[in-house]
Amino acid sequence: MIEFTQALMNPDNAFLRLAFIVGGLASVPFGIMGAYVVTRRISYLAGAISHCVFGGIGLGLYLQNKMGLQWFDPMYGAVGAALLAAVIIGAVSLYAKQREDTVIGALWAVGMASGLLFVDVTPGYFDISSYLFGDILLISTQDVWMVLGLNVLVVGLSLWFYNRLLAVCFDEEFSALRGIPVGAVYMLLLCLTALTVVLLVRVVGIVMVIALLTIPAAVASQFAKRLWQTMVMAVVFCLAFTWTGLGVSYHFSLSSGPTIIVIAGLTYLAVVSGARFVGKRS
Amino acid sequence: MSIDYDIELDGVTFGYTRQPVLNNVRLQVEKGEFASIVGPNGGGKTTLLKLMLGLLKPDAGSITMLGTTPEKARLKIGYMPQYSHLDPQFPVTVMDVVLMGRMRKGAMLWHSKKDRDAAMECLEEVQLSPMAHHMYSALSGGQKQRVLIARALACKPELLLLDEPTSNVDPEVQQSLFDMLQKLNEKMTILLVSHDLGFVSQVVKSVICVSRELVVHPTSELNGTLIKEIYGGDCRLVRHDHRCSEGGHCHD
Repeated sequence: MIEFTQALMNPDNAFLRLAFIVGGLASVPFGIMGAYVVTRRISYLAGAISHCVFGGIGLGLYLQNKMGLQWFDPMYGAVGAALLAAVIIGAVSLYAKQREDTVIGALWAVGMASGLLFVDVTPGYFDISSYLFGDILLISTQDVWMVLGLNVLVVGLSLWFYNRLLAVCFDEEFSALRGIPVGAVYMLLLCLTALTVVLLVRVVGIVMVIALLTIPAAVASQFAKRLWQTMVMAVVFCLAFTWTGLGVSYHFSLSSGPTIIVIAGLTYLAVVSGARFVGKRS
Repeated sequence: MSIDYDIELDGVTFGYTRQPVLNNVRLQVEKGEFASIVGPNGGGKTTLLKLMLGLLKPDAGSITMLGTTPEKARLKIGYMPQYSHLDPQFPVTVMDVVLMGRMRKGAMLWHSKKDRDAAMECLEEVQLSPMAHHMYSALSGGQKQRVLIARALACKPELLLLDEPTSNVDPEVQQSLFDMLQKLNEKMTILLVSHDLGFVSQVVKSVICVSRELVVHPTSELNGTLIKEIYGGDCRLVRHDHRCSEGGHCHD
């Protein structure tokens, strides 16, 4: 622990500090949005959104390296693609009730595929695995500001709309009868989920980010009685998983993304089986 | 003096596909009525309620609720859906659910004391106020149904629409449910959907039979031939004016 604190303070380890800051900041929207995603049972929607992010990153790389738009960071592409995916998925699930899962599965793959095609036509070599599985060495100070900005937006909106989101998640039909614009609120939920997913793409990568969104909330829901309690606990769990994972991965020289996810997964397994055991005995 | 109708349907036809579920329905429910829609599964009972709430649009015909369109009347209608379509694991307390009945358009960051008091009153009305802070998911089927009735009451409705309030409820609870509804009927019009004819004939004032087309009867007219017509088969009639001793009895 002391050794790790020293490592954090070491001026050579700026990347580790940035990863800690980004992970800590992002835990708040991850806990809050994760609670919505888990209770509304839309984690596969979030999965599709996160994979579409790769399409946006590919586009970003293409515009930056082929078209010479230096200012277009791949992360802007990621945000754009995530929002676009959220809107498409929202429209499909609102207006075309049938075969929603098929459309989402298709979008999932097409998002990934278009990202790979963009990388193909972009000159130069890119280590795409850093986007797929996360690489904390790539985090820049600019990322911290972006995370901070999105944080404020997501947390602000998700709390401002708390009652309405709760009502729509619990009973869409009844909320519509109370004059709540159900379609718009559902769209908002998906868009906020999309923005949240983008926050930690750098740290845990596109493929695994969905686990960090759902596992903390799933663990929290074992203990929480109300939605806001799920949120608070999920924030704490997400923070614990990210920081512990970063610490362990640094100590043993492992990749940080997979370490975080495995720690989260093992905790989930332990809590669920523990709950079963306790539940059976009492 | 003209009669005040809370629900008026004229020539309403509706189908999810080309095949109509409801055909040329004409229906009037007076203010203060306690009416029930009965009919077989798939006969269009829930569809009829959703049309009245404006959740579905009729293919033909007109619907007038509380003297206006369903969309405008919505806020004054309390609706209790079947609880089975709700996620049984959702992390909410009983109070949270009832407070949803107090939702309004516009920003609402937190529920006011007035809203909480109103919600509590509604819980008292369904005799569940001691359970206010219990988890909704931990309740029994009958209790969940009462919570949803309380949520409908929290809308301060002039008209109460209930979808299968007696499903999954044992007979004793059914009885207390009906006593409660009869009391509420003094203050508001009630229309309920049920497939349970026995229960219905005991308490409601008129019965609307739905199986694609629609027939209205006063309760006293219910008899075997009629039921056979609606359900397309023989049914046993339950006599409610006849009480048995605990061990049962025999006729000789």
